[in-house]
Amino acid sequence: MATLAPGKAPSLEVVGMTKRFGSLLALDDVGLHVPAGSVHALIGENGAGKSTLARCIMGLIRPDAGTVSLNGREVAVANPREAHAHGIGMVHQHFTLAPSLTAVESLVIARAGVPAVIDWAGERRRLEAFLAAMPVGVPLDRPVATLAAGEKQKLEILKLMYLGQRLVILDEPTSVLTPAEADEILGLLAGMARRGDITVVIITHKLRDVLGHADAVTVLRRGRNAGSGKVGALSAEDMVRSMIGDAPVRKPCERRQHARDKVVLKLVDLSADGQEGLDGFDPLNLDVRAGEIVGIAGVSGNGQAALVEVLLGQRPLEGGAILIHGEPFSRTRRSFERFNVFGLPEEPLRNAVVPRMTVGETLALRAYDKAPLSRGGWLFPQAMRERARALMEAYRVEAPSPDTPIEDLSGGNVQRAVLARELSGDADVLILANPCAGLDFAAAAEIRATIMEHRNRGAAVLLVSEDLDEVLELADRVGVMSAGRISYFAPITATDRSTVGRHMLGI
Amino acid sequence: MMDGALATVLIAMLGGAIRVSTPFLLVALGETITEKSGRINLGLEGTLVLGAMVAYMTSYKTGSPWIGALAAGVVGTLLGALHATACSLPRVNDVAIGIAMMALGLGLAFFFGKPYIQPSAPNLPSVPIGTWLGFTGQLEAALDINPLFVAGLATAVALWWALRNTRWGLILRITGDSAPAARAMGISVDLVRFLATAAGGFLAGVAGAFLSLSYPGSWSEGLSSGQGLMAVALVIFARWHPLRCVLAALLFGAAGALGPALQTIGVTQGYYLFNAAPYILTLLIMIASAGTGRAMRDAPGELATMR
Repeated sequence: MATLAPGKAPSLEVVGMTKRFGSLLALDDVGLHVPAGSVHALIGENGAGKSTLARCIMGLIRPDAGTVSLNGREVAVANPREAHAHGIGMVHQHFTLAPSLTAVESLVIARAGVPAVIDWAGERRRLEAFLAAMPVGVPLDRPVATLAAGEKQKLEILKLMYLGQRLVILDEPTSVLTPAEADEILGLLAGMARRGDITVVIITHKLRDVLGHADAVTVLRRGRNAGSGKVGALSAEDMVRSMIGDAPVRKPCERRQHARDKVVLKLVDLSADGQEGLDGFDPLNLDVRAGEIVGIAGVSGNGQAALVEVLLGQRPLEGGAILIHGEPFSRTRRSFERFNVFGLPEEPLRNAVVPRMTVGETLALRAYDKAPLSRGGWLFPQAMRERARALMEAYRVEAPSPDTPIEDLSGGNVQRAVLARELSGDADVLILANPCAGLDFAAAAEIRATIMEHRNRGAAVLLVSEDLDEVLELADRVGVMSAGRISYFAPITATDRSTVGRHMLGI
Repeated sequence: MMDGALATVLIAMLGGAIRVSTPFLLVALGETITEKSGRINLGLEGTLVLGAMVAYMTSYKTGSPWIGALAAGVVGTLLGALHATACSLPRVNDVAIGIAMMALGLGLAFFFGKPYIQPSAPNLPSVPIGTWLGFTGQLEAALDINPLFVAGLATAVALWWALRNTRWGLILRITGDSAPAARAMGISVDLVRFLATAAGGFLAGVAGAFLSLSYPGSWSEGLSSGQGLMAVALVIFARWHPLRCVLAALLFGAAGALGPALQTIGVTQGYYLFNAAPYILTLLIMIASAGTGRAMRDAPGELATMR
């Protein structure tokens, strides 16, 4: 049985890793050097090749060239099973725990050499002995589906430890965690690395994770090494410059000071039922005024998704009222148009587009029945394509053509396409959920600047985001949603990061 | 007098429930295995009917009903394997394939089964539990139990146990729950689904043997009248739980026995309406259970109908 004997962390050396997908060179002669017992950050923008590199190391995809060495000895890894046998484990960005299994079942089935008939009493004894030596714990007998994101992450990490995997690769580990949870987990891993128990590779695009917890960093840009070094020796600016190259990052748009007294969007005792495993929230009251951004922070699963779904008409209105300029907002296409409401739901590929429609059609979903895209009931595909090209250019949606199905685009590009559709008009009300999820540095800066422009122009913006930094950068007033309630609300000038973070954890 | 009639109906329904429920139970357990792997096989109606035909034919030719039941299981396995192979191809929809497989199974059964409609083949023997217990008359008849019913019960308990206590059970659940999770563990999703669909086909084939070799006990084209499809609905009602499958199958069986039971006490009015009870029950159950979040929560995450 795998126990965590100290001082067995391996070193990792990747040389000349190359992978081509069709015409795209995803990895071009990439190298990675990670000394034993260190925490190494692998950073870069979307599509820089970070995940591809990790997947090559794990044997999930077969590289065209390149070698992986552990402790200086080259190892052949053809599939995840072999990677596990060499002690390489990975926590994927989207958790790979089966939702209906309990934590015990997940841990036991993952270990090598599970007997055909499982002796639960014996397994549990061994598991408890193992967990007693670990610095974190998770509820053992609840289905994984009922665990919070942080608990799932801990369970994934525990799983790697239980399997005795000493080289741990984490793909965007903090994207679903609160700042405090992220610090706890990364701190934990760093502590274990420093004791020489494990070697850690963290894939991230949050500089905060890198500066706070990593020893060294390797930067990828467009599938190539774009720099590396010790964290102390590189400044944040150096890293950003390596990540984005010479492309200019748009400066944060200035927050114009103006009178904000006219209430545009008013939620009165709005509620959603949280039964049957659905996300829900208690009756809440909220005003959003013209020319302000109200930011709602919080860990996902505390009712934000339900709030956005109710506002955008994806869920029935169960209690309370939504008023715009004092009139009820019925959430139909007609009233979206009448009140000039635009919005971005969570998971745009599922909630904001028709996956098999083309990019051009997706971009026209708001305007296809109006001139110049249609007249007298006839659509003009050529006009649609031209408009799509202009929007794709302006929002840097990377797609071969406007006729590509939207589902063939990467997540970041789908996000950009939907943002192009929703942010390109002169909205009076904007309802945005995680607008920069999955976007890289430069693109996120650009989108945030656009949102600020809408605010400065006089739009009422409700921004629901799991990214606390985003809320703090953009919002005029900040609320925290926790356990289905707005548990905290304050003007941005009267609060700070740690206060908001504390309320996010429900403390 | 009324009490006597009621007792007669209830005992007849009990006996009917045990008899009629057997094919429901076996098909439902097979479908549970298949759906737990994340795939739906709507073709089990075809498997059931082809199994019935093959069992009858084999029993007639060899003189052994047990070889007949085994042959039905083998044919069912082959149909399941064919379904699984077709579904593992890219961009193939398992529901559409299932409907095609149903048509295939029915077509083959009708085509090869024509010569066996008339002759009579040896039936599966039943176990006279009622006689052993010293009952007489109606109860004795009601407790004349076919070994396949007992096998179904044993399979249900074994499956329930295996899903939580064996490596294979956990692997099956993981595959049905989340294919990415299974792949990350190095499990071959296609192989697990192939085996699960083949196993489901085996049980459905054996269920067919029960139809033609026990109750009603002869081969005809209208033998199944949709029981294979109802069993799929039953799995949803049972929320993919083997033991609940037993209860649901007994309920369906009792509903199916309602018409004949009433006939025994002389209620002939509305006979056809009472015979339609299982179909009406299916409809009501689907309406009642489809909308609840509970059913959704227990459903394997990979089922095409759930995405």
